[in-house]
Amino acid sequence: MDLHFGDGKPTDEERAAVDALLGPPESSWEGADRSDGDLRWARGGRTARDRRDLLLPGLHAINDRVGWISEGALGYLCRRLTVPPAEAYGVATFYAMFSVRPRPATVLQVCTDLACAGAGASELCAGVEAGLGPGSGVGVERSPCLGLCERAPAVLAVRAGDPVRTAVSAPATVESAVLAASAPDAAPEEAPVAAAVPQAGGEAGNAALTLLRRVGVVDPTDLDDYRAHGGYSALRRAFAIGPAAVIREVTESGLVGRGGAAFPTGRKWQATASQPARPHYLVCNADESEPGTFKDRVLMEGDPYALVEAMTVAAYAVGAERGYLYLRGEYPRALRRVRHAVDRARARGLLGDDILGQGFAFDIEIRRGAGAYICGEETALFNSIEGYRGEPRSKPPFPVEQGLFGRPTVENNVETLVNVLPILNLGAQAYAAIGTGGSTGPKLFCVSGSVARPGVYELPFGATLGELLALAGVRAGLRAVLLGGAAGGFVRPDELDLPLTFEGTRQAGTTLGSGVVMAFDDTVPLPRLLLRIAEFFRDESCGQCVPCRVGTVRQQEALHRIAERTGAAAAGDIALLREVGRAMRDASICGLGQTAWNAVESAIDRLGAYE
Amino acid sequence: MTVTPLGIPRRLLEFTLDGEPVRAPEGSTLLDACRAAGKDVPTLCQGDTLTPKNACRVCVVEVAGSRTLVPACSRKAEPGMEVRTDSERARHSRKIVLELLASSVDLSTTPRAAEWIEDYGARPDRFGPDAARLGEEPRVDNELYVRDYDKCILCYKCVDACGDQWQNTFAISVSGRGFDARIAVEHDAPLTDSACVYCGNCIEVCPTGALSFKSEFDMRAAGTWDESAQTATTTVCAYCGVGCNLTLHVQDNEIVKVTSPHDNPVTHGNLCIKGRFGYQHVQNRG
Repeated sequence: MDLHFGDGKPTDEERAAVDALLGPPESSWEGADRSDGDLRWARGGRTARDRRDLLLPGLHAINDRVGWISEGALGYLCRRLTVPPAEAYGVATFYAMFSVRPRPATVLQVCTDLACAGAGASELCAGVEAGLGPGSGVGVERSPCLGLCERAPAVLAVRAGDPVRTAVSAPATVESAVLAASAPDAAPEEAPVAAAVPQAGGEAGNAALTLLRRVGVVDPTDLDDYRAHGGYSALRRAFAIGPAAVIREVTESGLVGRGGAAFPTGRKWQATASQPARPHYLVCNADESEPGTFKDRVLMEGDPYALVEAMTVAAYAVGAERGYLYLRGEYPRALRRVRHAVDRARARGLLGDDILGQGFAFDIEIRRGAGAYICGEETALFNSIEGYRGEPRSKPPFPVEQGLFGRPTVENNVETLVNVLPILNLGAQAYAAIGTGGSTGPKLFCVSGSVARPGVYELPFGATLGELLALAGVRAGLRAVLLGGAAGGFVRPDELDLPLTFEGTRQAGTTLGSGVVMAFDDTVPLPRLLLRIAEFFRDESCGQCVPCRVGTVRQQEALHRIAERTGAAAAGDIALLREVGRAMRDASICGLGQTAWNAVESAIDRLGAYE
Repeated sequence: MTVTPLGIPRRLLEFTLDGEPVRAPEGSTLLDACRAAGKDVPTLCQGDTLTPKNACRVCVVEVAGSRTLVPACSRKAEPGMEVRTDSERARHSRKIVLELLASSVDLSTTPRAAEWIEDYGARPDRFGPDAARLGEEPRVDNELYVRDYDKCILCYKCVDACGDQWQNTFAISVSGRGFDARIAVEHDAPLTDSACVYCGNCIEVCPTGALSFKSEFDMRAAGTWDESAQTATTTVCAYCGVGCNLTLHVQDNEIVKVTSPHDNPVTHGNLCIKGRFGYQHVQNRG
């Protein structure tokens, strides 16, 4: 590749950040000073190009150290990886967490999404801006859902440096948010993860729970504690019965994907395992960004070894030697804990060349997202890992045939993978006996909003919405419940007997989605909620296809126009919304555009918003 | 003796197109089959020399059993498929796509856009006077060509032509996200500070006139651009031994634009800076 680089030079700090990730450059062909030898032969270019997938980690390295990505830093990273600067610029500008313009070293992200907006996020934002005052050296940014809905309102402070420092304050007050931003090291530790699981503790302990039973019980940093609580029994069983039998168990268990699409997991695994092309990859989608969703964070923070074990089982079943865990960039504690768990597992021979002496080799690499909802779409996630813009690919070909790096790939959500452990421990039949015929197993629900005890709840499929809300202590004056997040739909308070199953919600014309259950009382103005959802999609559209890129803008504009209108005054714009929504649903490339109108439509049709 | 390559014979697949049985060679796209059957499916981001990007979604058709509409430009025909190109559902999405584009982008130099807008009954003005537009000014930063991103529909064709599909220069990319996404060189610098080699292969594939010869841009601004008064003469480039074909577009005895035939088996419409822009000596009448 004959690339053209600008004249910008990296600062010593920027160079050090990149070199810490990639090691020192071997020749001037990848960024070192020129030597006599470099004039005679080109070295390193091809090898460097094969490391294109390190572009995103490289951008993180620079952004973590300096707080933004300068021309010189980007140019140096491009030289190191033989990436065209225009492409790298396209990637850097794709992600919300990166800036290609100078900005303060500390950025305070204030969540202004659905749950936090209801908990006073806009007042918090104004208060923080006033409290910090001008010249504070803190940039305040309004953020989409930070996945801390059980502790709304939430803020996340990120201070660039070596190492980068983060602090979460939730529920945040103006004082605690200002403290987190101005002294992230001194900010108090955030609440223990057990606090996010209201069912935990008590006299029964967590005995009634399956997926959450170790959360708040085991020490998430201690591998021995994990093993003492039943850890690694599923992997032993997997090795005992062999990969084909593991897939059979998963298929017979009836497990379907918990990320929102509900695709049968066993079928996905079988399709990948049977592909002759090698290598196979396993990808764990932990880019949990659906507003209102935080179950995967709780699992990773509270029981990280379970995910490591489940990924190992999945990789064994589908014949993958390498797994990528794509973790949301806004989850610093989950990152720390999962990274620690992976390191410990590797040190103890539970990852690596010869796992448990069975001759099976598998390792996990953690990749951080950088603030892009679209990267939760499975093929966008592949592009993101590979170092391209996180834009969805068109299907077919499907990931099971051509996924990550063009190879057969299984991609599963965190919750889906963790379900594999009880399937192997209990057996497929016992697992399938949980829940209903059409939706088997336990399910995690992220309950937030107008409830006394928000958090992650585990119930067998088939419990009703009313039972779940009663468990969480729903407050009086319920006006609406949002199921499935921004891409989901609203239901009415008189629909609380709705069974929480895939088939039950489908029959009722709504969706379980990723398990969001957000309650709103009658003090929350619906039009403002809908406008926030529309702003979310407008901000998060990748921009690849026209229906979504422009459609989400026109949707937001129309909702803005009718925010204060009802009846005939809103009818024209509602008709327009329907037409645009229908085209987004029919003609968008991926699920983002296809679902961007769901919640608004359900609010109009089910709740009678604007009547 | 001239040998005409025939290629490997391809199996024919049978499926139905708007209720009529049709046969198409294996590997054909639905768009190929539509065109072979004489059906006019609008396209914008599709290019005859490029891998389909299926970004514009104006070519969507209805396939029985598919939850969503599918892009005809990239979906391969399969035996037994039932395809409807002109159903109410497909027409609705095309109409909305045209409305969304026309309400945000200047389509005044996009061939056939006005005709399609009329055909599909699209009313771009119904989003109101405050509907967000791209709001870009033309970028005139070199003597050869102009980037008028107010006319850009973000079809990715220029990026693909500049990148690994043809030129391998990688001077441009999509930057930003969503409605703010734009075609840009690194740090959104002027072209003269970028990797651009001025081959003009991006202009060759641009479907909207967002990329145009400076000569065309200036003449349009002066109101003297008149395609009906132009002739197009295909000749062979005189610069080197490759033998690329040039099509010289001439108005009032002046070369105003150079294109290259896409069916040339060697160059597929691609040229270098000399063939594309190095024609001034022809007009140097001293």
